[in-house]
Amino acid sequence: MSDIIEKALSSGDGAPKVSRINEVVIRIAGNSQDGIQAIGGFLARLAGRSEQEVMTFMTIPATISGGASIFQVRMGSGEVLSSGDEADVLLAFYQHSYDAHISSLKKGGIVMFDSDHVVPNPELEKTYHHVGIPISSLTVEAIGGTAKDKGKNIYSLGLIAKTFDLDLPKLEKLIGERFTGKDPSILNNALAAFHAGYSHSLGNLLETFKFTDAQKKDGTQIVMNGNEALGYGLIAAGVRFGAGYPITPWSDIMELLRRELPKYGGMFIQTEDEIAAISMAIGGSYAGRVSVTGSSGPGISLKTEALGWAIMAEMPLVIVDVQRGGPSTGMPTNIEQSDLNIAVNGGHGDAPRVVIAPANVEDCFYMAIEAVNIARKYSVPVIILTDQGIATRIEAFVQPNLEKVCQDISPDFTPIADHKPYDLSTPNSVSLHVPPGTKINSGKYPIVTGLEHDELGHPTGSPKLHQQMTAKRRKKLQALGATLPVPKIYGPSEGNVLLVGWGSTEGPIKEAVDRARAAGDSVSSIHIKHINPLPNGLENIFSGFNHVFVVEMNDEGLYGFGQFGAILRARYCDPKIQGLNKTDGLTWKVKEILERTKTNLTAGIRKL
Amino acid sequence: MSETLLAKPVTAVSTTTPPVEERKGLTKKEIAADHPTWCPGCGDFSVLALYFKLIEKRKMWHEKITTVAGIGCSSRFPYFVQAHGAHYIHGRALPFASGISLSRPDLHVFVFGGDGDAFSIGGNHFNHTARKNIKMTYCVMDNWVYGLTKKQTSPTSPLGFKSKTDQWGAVDYPINPMKQAIAAGATFVARTTHTNPNHVLQMMEAAMDHDGFSFIECLSECVEFYEGAFDASNPRKGGVFNEVPKSHDVTDELAAYKLADEPFPGSFGIFYKSNKPTKNAKEAEIIKSFQSKTAGLKDWQILQKNFDRMK
Repeated sequence: MSDIIEKALSSGDGAPKVSRINEVVIRIAGNSQDGIQAIGGFLARLAGRSEQEVMTFMTIPATISGGASIFQVRMGSGEVLSSGDEADVLLAFYQHSYDAHISSLKKGGIVMFDSDHVVPNPELEKTYHHVGIPISSLTVEAIGGTAKDKGKNIYSLGLIAKTFDLDLPKLEKLIGERFTGKDPSILNNALAAFHAGYSHSLGNLLETFKFTDAQKKDGTQIVMNGNEALGYGLIAAGVRFGAGYPITPWSDIMELLRRELPKYGGMFIQTEDEIAAISMAIGGSYAGRVSVTGSSGPGISLKTEALGWAIMAEMPLVIVDVQRGGPSTGMPTNIEQSDLNIAVNGGHGDAPRVVIAPANVEDCFYMAIEAVNIARKYSVPVIILTDQGIATRIEAFVQPNLEKVCQDISPDFTPIADHKPYDLSTPNSVSLHVPPGTKINSGKYPIVTGLEHDELGHPTGSPKLHQQMTAKRRKKLQALGATLPVPKIYGPSEGNVLLVGWGSTEGPIKEAVDRARAAGDSVSSIHIKHINPLPNGLENIFSGFNHVFVVEMNDEGLYGFGQFGAILRARYCDPKIQGLNKTDGLTWKVKEILERTKTNLTAGIRKL
Repeated sequence: MSETLLAKPVTAVSTTTPPVEERKGLTKKEIAADHPTWCPGCGDFSVLALYFKLIEKRKMWHEKITTVAGIGCSSRFPYFVQAHGAHYIHGRALPFASGISLSRPDLHVFVFGGDGDAFSIGGNHFNHTARKNIKMTYCVMDNWVYGLTKKQTSPTSPLGFKSKTDQWGAVDYPINPMKQAIAAGATFVARTTHTNPNHVLQMMEAAMDHDGFSFIECLSECVEFYEGAFDASNPRKGGVFNEVPKSHDVTDELAAYKLADEPFPGSFGIFYKSNKPTKNAKEAEIIKSFQSKTAGLKDWQILQKNFDRMK
């Protein structure tokens, strides 16, 4: 957008002008208690209601109260794939916000700053268009009282609304909904602040902007972040019991489930520790209904012994891992995809389990349902790998048809003639769990166990049975793998470079493909959502390209391929598979992916 | 199955009602599964026999019993019982059992384990399951030694006990399970010993009838690695079996704590009992209040209400 801004600003004829724009990236920088997430949230929901696409990105400080925080929102009439490398507009509340984030602004971009707190750098005034507004004092003037820092977020929302000619009635309605049920004076103050911001003369900013019309969507859009989508997806899937222990950034999901499940007759239990959490969830699954636990990095490490039990005992279970920077306590509020190894292999022994990774917020909803259904169908734990980025990122997507999507997975306690919990003769090696409460007419009751066992669940030291049971636990996942869809290729199916991604990086990778192709480079991508087992047929995709670069936010590792890259190399023995890794704890920028792709190409195939 | 338990509202999982016709109680033959793998003379045999007797006497059915254990000699228990059961990991039987208890009020959940499982690796869960008062019966077969791994010091081994990990005698102060249970907030705390079968059964029945977390410490001799540990409590070996005095008020926490402080062999019986509401009941209460607001709505309609606010 910045080109348009430059043009608009340089026209200089003094007449107020409205420029048409397709999209905009706004970065709001302040402190965590300023409510800047609320501005971002309003903008995201407005975009959703206006059939626009939207994607947000936020950082939260690891401090308990206060600390610098940003919220970036990219909204537009066309397809929005990532939260944007650079901002068109920066809204800076403090000097530190200005100093730290001005470099994230495109050259020629607009910086709006609170002139009560920020002294602009004269050098930078040549590069960026500066609009100083005494936001703090004007907010106090608008709503009165001693509300020193309160309300300036809503005032700023008014400024942004004016600048981008946003839909005033829709925003007023959103503000009304947000503050509904509270003291009416709070809503009145919010609206007063908003209108004051909206009416403020934008001073030396001569132009305002208007979005081109968005393409019609197929249905009403809803707006939420990845953690919310995952939590509601589990509810839609029929999950009614779970247990967890607080840890960032997983806690939002447990808070949501604790709050929501009682409406459906279910419950979510906060346990004394991570091990108790997974154990209680396994107990819930054993009792007859797939249950959920979850955590982030360190908590997943703690859960691995119990995970091994669920695999050995063939118990359905869903485990959510909202990844953060590791190892150990690591970087709790940063983004990283470094739990793939523990998700796929964590724990002792040969312990195959299912790992899936949603690529966007909408996926979080639908893949939660898929996870529950795989767990039930194959009697196996399923790990959903998301990350800090997707967890807090807000997106708009077409509202699911809940009447169709919601499922009832109540257990069936109909008496059965006979039951072997570990039947070796079933097709695809899948045997199903029969919960307590079920009368078994043969009078032989199943024991589920972590000891190697015979078909009835009784302990055995038989070498033959250990081989058979180990193979059984593997074969059912191989059967699942054969049913998984092969990912679609983004771009032509033959070319020079194939970028392979997984998890939250889909947007920037696709955008990198778009930019590369626009520049005449032969780049395509695929995004793999089923990590373990892998879908069949990936080798046919790889064979269409000279280079396969696996784009991941984790370390390249001892041998240079990254975590997923190493799995793909082991699986396909293909030397053209190379890693494209980073560990700065930040999301991929499109230009980073493009630069790193070039570097990889220059280096050629380095390692065999 | 106690009447109070069956009468509870079904919460997290709806269950089919059992057939109405009168079913005969189970015979010992129908309850017994694998032959126990314990050493001849092990105290655990008598606990198992009395569990069978409890099932027979109280006319419980296979499908309504769930027997759960962690890891240890005594934790082999579920394999020997012909009923739904789970042999879980070391120390974590209580949270596993909690998952069953909270989502299935129609079942009675029995957990069996040893002193290492309960007070060492599982110590945290013991405290928290007790304080939350989650309905189940937990019987710890305490033998004061690690038996399955062949004679290491356990959290209840007395000072001076010579084990493979304390060849000169244990130096760490032992845990007093009764004090631990009372302090943690357990609502039923009883002590018995495998050499007095009638008393074991009496305690098991009282524990089962208690609406809450019921804990029994049952002394159970390891004849292989700690022979004679409990002779002082066995009249046949010249010891004394003292029942809790009739005058003891089981609702008096301090009096219970004093009983728990008696030197070995101490007293046997119910030390403490209170009728605090269970977590099961509290969660059911929460569900009830939420569901009163969503009455008549299908699940998808409840979710739709949330989604309508996210547009």
